[in-house]
Amino acid sequence: MSDLDELYQEVILDHNKSPRNFRPMTNANRKSEGYNPLCGDHVTVYLQLVDGVIADISFQGSGCAISKASASMMTAALKGKTEKEAEELFHSVHRMLTGQSTGEEAAVGKLRILAGVAKFPTRVKCATLAWHTANAALKGAKEPVTTE
Amino acid sequence: MEALPKRAAAAFDVYRVREDFPVLHRMVRGKPLVYLDNGATSQKPRSVIDTITRYYSLENANVHRGVHYLSAQATDAYEASREKLRRFINAGAAHEIIFVRGGTEAINLVAQSYARTFLKEGDEIVVSAMEHHSNIVPWQMVCAQVGARLRVIPINHDGELVLEEFERLLNERTKLVAVTHVSNALGSVVPVKEVVRLAHARGAPVLVDGAQAVPHLKVDVREIGCDFYAFSGHKMFGPTGIGVLYGRAELLEAMPPYQGGGDMISLVTFEKTHYNVLPYKFEAGTPHIAGGIGLGAAVDYLEALDWTAVEAHERELLRYATEALSSVPGLRIIGTAREKAGVVSFVFDDIHAHDVGTILDQEGVAVRAGHHCAMPVMQRFGVPATTRASFAFYNTREEVDSLVRGLHRVLKVFG
Repeated sequence: MSDLDELYQEVILDHNKSPRNFRPMTNANRKSEGYNPLCGDHVTVYLQLVDGVIADISFQGSGCAISKASASMMTAALKGKTEKEAEELFHSVHRMLTGQSTGEEAAVGKLRILAGVAKFPTRVKCATLAWHTANAALKGAKEPVTTE
Repeated sequence: MEALPKRAAAAFDVYRVREDFPVLHRMVRGKPLVYLDNGATSQKPRSVIDTITRYYSLENANVHRGVHYLSAQATDAYEASREKLRRFINAGAAHEIIFVRGGTEAINLVAQSYARTFLKEGDEIVVSAMEHHSNIVPWQMVCAQVGARLRVIPINHDGELVLEEFERLLNERTKLVAVTHVSNALGSVVPVKEVVRLAHARGAPVLVDGAQAVPHLKVDVREIGCDFYAFSGHKMFGPTGIGVLYGRAELLEAMPPYQGGGDMISLVTFEKTHYNVLPYKFEAGTPHIAGGIGLGAAVDYLEALDWTAVEAHERELLRYATEALSSVPGLRIIGTAREKAGVVSFVFDDIHAHDVGTILDQEGVAVRAGHHCAMPVMQRFGVPATTRASFAFYNTREEVDSLVRGLHRVLKVFG
């Protein structure tokens, strides 16, 4: 598989075309916005935390296939996780996307499909934007997140 | 030759010209480089590279302060460059050429020296809706400082300035007009001469941001009639870190210095400093000497070209690219002004510019993908970003073909 094919795998293209949990959430109790000032991409992540568990998560915004797929897969992965599990996953995924991953395949599970991004340094920020934003929402951050 | 423009155009040998640019012959990602990101920065001819190397190898010394041979030589070369730039844009005098770090700094200089001094609460600064951030933010900053207000000339759906709206915006509060000469995101050529005429009729001085114009058009600041003209060196085949502010001497004389130290001083005591004459009043500290000399070499290179032929080649390339890209399924060109220079910006409805950029890059094709530091332009057209192919005279039809082939690969990936 070429680097490009690895980046744009079927699963990623599918998430781009029909992103999961791509909707606003009226009863969200956590919400954060993220911007990539370099390219103008932005994402809003909505969370509904119930007793420390992510009962519901959704996102909205505009961005490239990588950022959309990453956000879509993220919502699927985080739903039902506790705050602590979510944060651990955030760190594992972050290490994988930035090419520092060592033996965390089990931790990231299906999200391994995003690993090809690490070979495209100019695209890492696209893939991490939603994750940083979700992490900020979990922490109750007031300021929008930027990738710079 | 003027009687035979067609022959002159045919005489432009793009393949010969490409020999002057070393980087155009390298491979990237196993493919020949197709460099279509000239709006971001242009490539450098060998003569510019050699001039800089020679300066640092054999001539390096500070300017304006040495009594020794090398310093005199460096000073002469640096000042000779200033004269070359004067001639290049047909300014009236060499001291109207201020060397700065780039187009952005040139605009900031006018904002912080001219506007901050002479504008007051309630005054208005007029910019256009197709400016990039460098010609918006410095004005916003000075507006906040003095209590002035920024007003925006709308553009139509082709990406052309609406002159009637501009006329309507002008009033007795208008104290400065700042417009681009060529839009970096759309390629539109703004009728700056007309803008100046209308603004001057209201007594408002005009700054023209020429960063995207000087690589494509013969610029004559006196014919345009503008009061300030700002541009960078690196977009006109010169080094980075050097640019020019042209200002009419009368205005520059009235303006206070922008930064303090170095050559901008004639006499310093702790009570009072006497500022140096133009242009040194605005050139604090040791300047980018190699950059200034290198930019002079870029001017020499450009002046040796047959510009009638260059412009004809670029026009033909733009026509060819516009037509070729229009045939790509689903592709929509943003910016369809009648007068355009060297830029084709485009979008696909379902494919983001970054994905386009990454796939093109795998084919060795370098384009810009994003908002091109012109977010208001993107908002105007309701798109998050565009893919931009920006040309220089050294680009070829074959390179446009490579771009189109790359776009077909994009379509294949995104099925």
